[in-house]
Amino acid sequence: MRMTLPIFLQNLANGILLGGLYALIAIGYSMVYGILRLINFAHGDVFMMGTYFAFYGVTLFLLPWWLAFVVAIIGAGILGFLIDRIAYKPLRNAPRISSLITAIGMSIFLESLAVVIFGGIPKSFAPPRIYPKFFSKMLQIGSVRVQILTFFILGITALLIIFLIWFVYKTKIGMAMRAISTDIATTALMGVNVDLVIGITFAIGSALAGAGGILWAMKYPNVNPYMGFMPGLKAFIAAVIGGIGSIQGAMLGGFLLGMIEIMLVAFLPRFAGYRDIFAFIILIIILMYKPSGILGAKLEEKV
Amino acid sequence: MRKMTFLVFTLIVLLSIVSIAAETIKIAAVLPLTGAVAAYGQQGKQGILLANEMFPEVLGKKIEVVFIDTKSEKAETANAVARAIDYEKVNAIIGELISGNSLAGSAVADKKKIPMVTPASTNPLVTQGKKYMFRVCFIDPFQGEIAAKFAYENLGARNVVIFTDIEQDYCVGLANFFKKTFTALGGTIYEEYYRTGDQDFSAQLTDALSRNPDILYVPGYYTEIALIARQARQFGFYGPILAGDGAEAQQLIEIGGDAVNDVYYTTHYHPDAAQTEIASVFIEKFQEKYGERPSAMSALNFDAYLIIYDAIKRAGSDDPEAIAQALRETKEFKGVTGVIKMGPDGNPIKSVVINKVENGEFKFVTVVNP
Repeated sequence: MRMTLPIFLQNLANGILLGGLYALIAIGYSMVYGILRLINFAHGDVFMMGTYFAFYGVTLFLLPWWLAFVVAIIGAGILGFLIDRIAYKPLRNAPRISSLITAIGMSIFLESLAVVIFGGIPKSFAPPRIYPKFFSKMLQIGSVRVQILTFFILGITALLIIFLIWFVYKTKIGMAMRAISTDIATTALMGVNVDLVIGITFAIGSALAGAGGILWAMKYPNVNPYMGFMPGLKAFIAAVIGGIGSIQGAMLGGFLLGMIEIMLVAFLPRFAGYRDIFAFIILIIILMYKPSGILGAKLEEKV
Repeated sequence: MRKMTFLVFTLIVLLSIVSIAAETIKIAAVLPLTGAVAAYGQQGKQGILLANEMFPEVLGKKIEVVFIDTKSEKAETANAVARAIDYEKVNAIIGELISGNSLAGSAVADKKKIPMVTPASTNPLVTQGKKYMFRVCFIDPFQGEIAAKFAYENLGARNVVIFTDIEQDYCVGLANFFKKTFTALGGTIYEEYYRTGDQDFSAQLTDALSRNPDILYVPGYYTEIALIARQARQFGFYGPILAGDGAEAQQLIEIGGDAVNDVYYTTHYHPDAAQTEIASVFIEKFQEKYGERPSAMSALNFDAYLIIYDAIKRAGSDDPEAIAQALRETKEFKGVTGVIKMGPDGNPIKSVVINKVENGEFKFVTVVNP
């Protein structure tokens, strides 16, 4: 290991980029958990599906890249809504473990479906075929090299968080979401269409997963049916670190996890191959000593 | 419900009786058809299907190939081999393609005494001490030595950073053999590590490039090589990247794009350097059937099928024990990837081909004979 200031700054930039991606996926995870107390293991697979939608939007339906991306994000949202309707809604009053098992089943189902429909061979999400080369260009800031895409990832994540906080705290549906997270039965008695609100939550969370998937593939252009598995788990860890159920917490957790992973490899290159293991060790430690996460305890309402 | 179970059970029993009664010889192809190295499995399947089409019968019996997917995973490979032997009752097995998986699968096949031929697993441990495990490719001590000499003499490298995939026995082995020869020649080595499935190499590359290497040696598999190449170029490294036979797949170029130009790799074969008669027939038929030039992986799988076919013919029997004995005695087998003489431990002695990526195509550079 050799650590000079330029190298440290470079790693800081690397960590922010990875963290931004984790944060984006973790927010969707956290929203669904906040409202239903359901760990939606299919989240990573919606992430994968969204990426495939974008890929085929460009290559098969020949849409302009930006339109294909928007369509794919909406597609991921609809998929999330359908997953809730088909798999989770019938189990709304069942013990929580049943929903959890269903979520795992849904995850395996989506992965296998992708293998059957899209094939097991990875697809390339690389410029200039999918999107303009501009995004993969590098900017030199002092001694640090940063991909232009990084700024988009950070910008999009920030915008989405502002939008979501506004949505959850200032709109009627947001109010209904917060109510459901406290008590589903009573909320239903107040005349709120609980299933619709939960469906919308899934749709928003899944659209975020789709957006995360596309940005992920722009950075790491390897699209395959199992691509959502690890990012999905990492997003879960990020959500737990930040305090699962909290939007701000998920963002914080995402950045922290990205930074920890990069710095771990930077300072202990010998253990670079084990970075996933360290992420899970962090998960175990958080669950043992502070299961509510960093921001979880402070917030009374969770969405 | 009980009736249903009974019916299904009877059906299975009936089916297995029928399959035993029929006059076929069964060969299982245990391949990574999905997962991290799915491209290899698909290329391999193409080679085996073509071989089966060209040589469908032996000893008056039809050869039936059963394809079983391993999802590119070790545990799945062991399961697949057990299923091939216990349930499908095959006479011989082709597979797996990558060394870690073949290690897991060969342990099962060896215990059950069914001959297994891996087309492409080059790690020496795969066949070591096993009586029923064979291969049609060279082994990594040789491949690593050739790679190190090529790096030192042809690429003029003195300072190399190796990227090792700690999950792959193949990669760990090859990295070590490279290191041994390269340091003996007088070069210096620095090492970075990663795991199959990793997507982000920014931290490793930041560290690696601060050492100003002449070349990077990445003896892993194509997806990670492509991602490392892409990110290395983004961080401003434009020197050659050297890899092993794990690099060759169209996905390397698709995922890597311009970044994989100047990726050199040691491998088994290139259509432009075909040496045997069967090789030209194979290239022609392959192009006819699939409309593309065959990769080394397709060629090796073709050879694996053919060497089993040849062994059954020489043994005059489809008994697994007899096939294994005939495989051990292989002397002058002319395959697509060269002439094979089975050495000790079921390892053939063969030449190494060096190719490179140039403007999105695999180009032949040179061939090194043992």
